[in-house]
Amino acid sequence: MIDCQSIRKIYASQAGPTEALKGITFSIGTGEFVAIMGQSGSGKSTLMHILGCLDVATSGTYTLDGQDVTEMNENELAQIRSTRIGFVFQAFYLLPRATVLRNVMLPLMYAGVPRQQREPRARAALEKAALPEKFYNYSPNQISGGMMQRVAIARALANDPVMILADEPTGNLDSKTGQMVLETFQSLHRQHGRTIVLITHESDVAAYAARIVRLKDGEIIEDRKTI
Amino acid sequence: MTAIDLAIELGSALTSNKVRTGLTVLGIVIGIGSVIAMVSIGQGGAKSIESSIQGLGSNLLTVSPGALSNARGGVSTGRGMAPLSIDDASAIAGIAGVAAVSPELNRRFQMTSSLGNNTNSNVIGVESGYLTARSLAIDAGTFITSQHNAAFSRVAVLGPTTVKDLFGDADPIGKTIRINRMDFRVIGTTVAKGSSGFFNPDDTAFVPLETMQRILVGADVVSTIAVSVADKTQMADVKAQVTELLASRHRVDPAAPDFSIFSQEDVLGTLNQVTNTFTMFLGSVAGISLVVGGIGIMNMMLMTITERTREIGLRRAIGAKQWQISLQFLAESVALTLLGGILGILLGWLLSLLVTTFAGINTSVTASSVVLGVGMSSSIGIIFGFYPARRAGKLHPIDALRYE
Repeated sequence: MIDCQSIRKIYASQAGPTEALKGITFSIGTGEFVAIMGQSGSGKSTLMHILGCLDVATSGTYTLDGQDVTEMNENELAQIRSTRIGFVFQAFYLLPRATVLRNVMLPLMYAGVPRQQREPRARAALEKAALPEKFYNYSPNQISGGMMQRVAIARALANDPVMILADEPTGNLDSKTGQMVLETFQSLHRQHGRTIVLITHESDVAAYAARIVRLKDGEIIEDRKTI
Repeated sequence: MTAIDLAIELGSALTSNKVRTGLTVLGIVIGIGSVIAMVSIGQGGAKSIESSIQGLGSNLLTVSPGALSNARGGVSTGRGMAPLSIDDASAIAGIAGVAAVSPELNRRFQMTSSLGNNTNSNVIGVESGYLTARSLAIDAGTFITSQHNAAFSRVAVLGPTTVKDLFGDADPIGKTIRINRMDFRVIGTTVAKGSSGFFNPDDTAFVPLETMQRILVGADVVSTIAVSVADKTQMADVKAQVTELLASRHRVDPAAPDFSIFSQEDVLGTLNQVTNTFTMFLGSVAGISLVVGGIGIMNMMLMTITERTREIGLRRAIGAKQWQISLQFLAESVALTLLGGILGILLGWLLSLLVTTFAGINTSVTASSVVLGVGMSSSIGIIFGFYPARRAGKLHPIDALRYE
């Protein structure tokens, strides 16, 4: 479902070009739970941006759900992000002005889902993310970090994406709530068959995934199944 | 993203920082408000001048002593120039196409009534032709006749404002008033012409011209000769004939006369030019404050965008297209200025009401100035919101998400 062929990414900086990814080739099948691991500077963030269609590779091909996104422009990439990818970020990025429910409905708005369908879909997503219903009309400021990350997971699920891309989802949480969030991912993977790509630098976070891809200096140095 | 979505996003964005939104809108409110108020003062002035001039009688030529200084529209009453006389007026009356001639002598005098009230008003020495030439009508009693002039009678006809100042609600006819410490008997009153502006025909007293010259002024001159032309199409022709006649009587070159002749159109044209310049001047001063308000909008939008950079990044990450982000911010600035525009129109209307009530200057808030206000405010929103909105749309999602 996800297929990367010799992905290279070169950044131009004042010190000269920096090669962040040096030819990454790997693929992820439907329903897999993969952790991409690496220290900072390993290129995992760059890879996450490319996988998430936030950025394009300098060379190589990236096929997502049968579509070659390598040559797409900004607006086509936005369309892909809107319908195929659900993001979960370390800092949650919830809109403080909107209620929990409206935060989850936001991607549906950009995807052009008719208004009357948005709320039921948002509620279903929140249910899958295991957020108690009493929080639905709360402001994100009024709930705990763990709850906020669940709202973010629900937002990522709302559009029924082919892949959930989580970038250090437990980075801002204490280990206990972090564990709960990771269990939520695990159950989405096991019970709902979601494809999840988890980006992290912590091996005990990566341990929740069924497969670990380890990056170092822009190259894959390890790709193994955990079970 | 539908219009309703846009409206909801707009509402939550604008209400999240009410103080800042309010202050920014205030800039536009003051800008639009002052444009509306200033233009209404200018237009109201133009309207009242126009109506007062039309009220003075159409088909009217006004002859005044002194030459028109070229092109600038001013009148110079240079020394040694022959004043106009009653004989000049009689000669003009002989020209074909002239319906009525009214030589007039105009001075301000202190007037006192038998009730003890006093007023300082315009006293005009007139002949019987005045009514026809100036299209004025008698309300009660009679007007000045040629017998009054022949006998240097001390009689006066009062305008309604003067009646009110001197007698209040009492009937003035038959009573005695003192003009410049001389007794005059009131024989009639004129109807209100109701025109205001630089000359109020209601605030006057009319006396026989001969009486005015001999007794009140002590000079054998007239200050103006009003010539009423029978047919409007003959105006130019009569004007040329009057010029030639007076030039030969005064022994001057008709090309460089020592008198000047205005038609109502001339006066109206000149005054329109003056009021238009005045309105434009007021409007552009107010316009500057509007531009300042617009810069305030731009400043706020840029600040908002910086503040909400991560929000923009998130929206882009979850699928918002560039134009959707730009549209959202453009809608915010247009909404701000439109709100400011509507409040500004109300403020401007209120200001012009206050000006009318307390300063007595006529104002008129027209539909066109309301349209102007709304149009200006929304274009300010588009112009000053365009750059920030474009910048917001161009933000790269990754950079925006990483922004601290």
